Amino acid sequence: MELISLAVKSIFIENMVLAFFLGMCSFLALSKKVETATGLGLAVTFVLTLTVPLNWAIYNYLLKDGALAWTGNPSLAGLDLSFLTFICFIAVIASTVQLVEMTLDKFFPPLYSALGIFLPLITVNCAILGGCLFMVERQYGFAESVVYGFGSGIGWFLAIVGLAAIRKKIRYSHIPDGLKGLGMTFILTGLMAIGFLCFSGISL
Amino acid sequence: MKFLLDLHNKIRPDFEKGGKMERLYPLFEAQDTFLFTPAETTHGAPHVRDAIDIKRTMITVVLALLPVVLFGIWNVGHQYNLVNQTGVAGLIPDLLRGAMIVMPIILVSYIFGGLWEVAFAIVRKHPINEGFLVSGLLFPLTLPPTVPLWQVAVGISFGIVVGKEVFGGTGFNVLNPALTARAFLFFAYPVQLSGDTVWTKVTSEAGGLIEGFTGATPLAVAALVPAGQNVLEALHNADYAGFDWMRLFIGTIGGSIGETSALACLIGAVILIAMGVGSWRIMLGSVFGLIAMSLLLNLLPADKYKGFTQLPFYYHMVMGSFAFGTVFMATDPVSAAATERGKWIYGFLIGVMIVLIRVTTPAYPEGVMLAILFMNVMAPLIDHLVVQSHIRQRKAYLGKFRHA
Repeated sequence: MELISLAVKSIFIENMVLAFFLGMCSFLALSKKVETATGLGLAVTFVLTLTVPLNWAIYNYLLKDGALAWTGNPSLAGLDLSFLTFICFIAVIASTVQLVEMTLDKFFPPLYSALGIFLPLITVNCAILGGCLFMVERQYGFAESVVYGFGSGIGWFLAIVGLAAIRKKIRYSHIPDGLKGLGMTFILTGLMAIGFLCFSGISL
Repeated sequence: MKFLLDLHNKIRPDFEKGGKMERLYPLFEAQDTFLFTPAETTHGAPHVRDAIDIKRTMITVVLALLPVVLFGIWNVGHQYNLVNQTGVAGLIPDLLRGAMIVMPIILVSYIFGGLWEVAFAIVRKHPINEGFLVSGLLFPLTLPPTVPLWQVAVGISFGIVVGKEVFGGTGFNVLNPALTARAFLFFAYPVQLSGDTVWTKVTSEAGGLIEGFTGATPLAVAALVPAGQNVLEALHNADYAGFDWMRLFIGTIGGSIGETSALACLIGAVILIAMGVGSWRIMLGSVFGLIAMSLLLNLLPADKYKGFTQLPFYYHMVMGSFAFGTVFMATDPVSAAATERGKWIYGFLIGVMIVLIRVTTPAYPEGVMLAILFMNVMAPLIDHLVVQSHIRQRKAYLGKFRHA
């Protein structure tokens, strides 16, 4: 029950894009077509589901204050390596993204070329680092971090696919010249965030 | 009429291209199409000979709204006279009192919304659209009668400009403009838009408040019922007259101006469906969604979850603004799903979300506005999925012949 509640929370209530506004760059840039958005959304979901638990293990067994106590070595047990958190997390994320990139290149070349530069840029997608850091800050357990990573990814996926569908709908709209493209997308993101506000405060 | 037509045809050259008042053409055009049937036809093929156009569609909605407006005006006055014990009662005094409270709100909404509409039409050279007549009337009906007039002006400005005009005007918007305006006010000025004290106008003059008056809406009462207690009993004992089903259905309670009466909305629904303007699929889908979700919640153990979960669906239907939202807001043809199957899904999910937000969210006693806005956001995605599945089905169907 707790885990279901966490999943709902991470997908809808604390949606990465529409509540925290994380991962905006690729959200805005790659939402022109639903197919591309679906691909990127799945990639981000995959990376988040993998990296959050991985980083959980690294943080809890290597970096945290006293995390190395399992080695049994008293000189290591007192170490606090948490100043390395950021660099370790980024390294894990980068290597996961590399993995996704190679897989896509081999098996889904059209999607690979459609995502272009934004695929390697998932590395610096703030939603992913944000997910890892929220995991540390909220002191999730292992199962929770798996659910949280997956849920955040699905939330991001839902938001970008929704935005892509809306942008498809307004393709023939008579939008003022100054607002065409990114300007309109920003306004849409704001309006979508109002729509998603309906979930805030749901207590399960 | 002949005289008017002649006059119009005489001044027409002034407004057309090259005329003295070319810039004001949208104003002239609005006047012209308002009074006469325009000779203009659709620019490109295919042509369909049909009496219905945007003007007729929108006027039908306004007609369907009339019972709601009239009941709202009467009810606002009735509640005012009853609660404040002014000593006057009867149809006419109630209507007069209600009109004094409600008409300024509607007027401000029309004036400010109209100003924006005209300004955008002149600058962007698109015709003034009758869609505004609907948004400008729907918006005040969602407001409590005590709302300050400047907030009405701010709200409708936001709704018309950000909700509609930046997308290019009527027909291009993603969210329902009236609901966008309402949501903007709700989050910007929560004190004037929620709580127990805003739903009925109370004055200190007159003869003191009626006994048992709390101002709480049925939804607020139901939300506070703790686990293990009977929610219906709490409703029947609340307020000065108790909230029984019949009273909620007819709508003689405090609340937003247009939302209280499910009966008036039902009349509107019949008009909309009979004229083919509102989608019955969306309305029915929403009702099914509400029934399904409330039956599901009824299954929860009564002694562990709060009493609200046990509320039967036929109460959910008449409480709050479910009827109003489903009939007039969810069926907005622009922001709703456009495919037939998509409409069922869209409506069903609205019903589900309404109950979910009502019961599980302490921050929002009512979920209709947010549920519909959320589904407005999701509607293009639903349409996309439905269209894709159609394409797949058609491909599979044709594939069968190829192999045969």
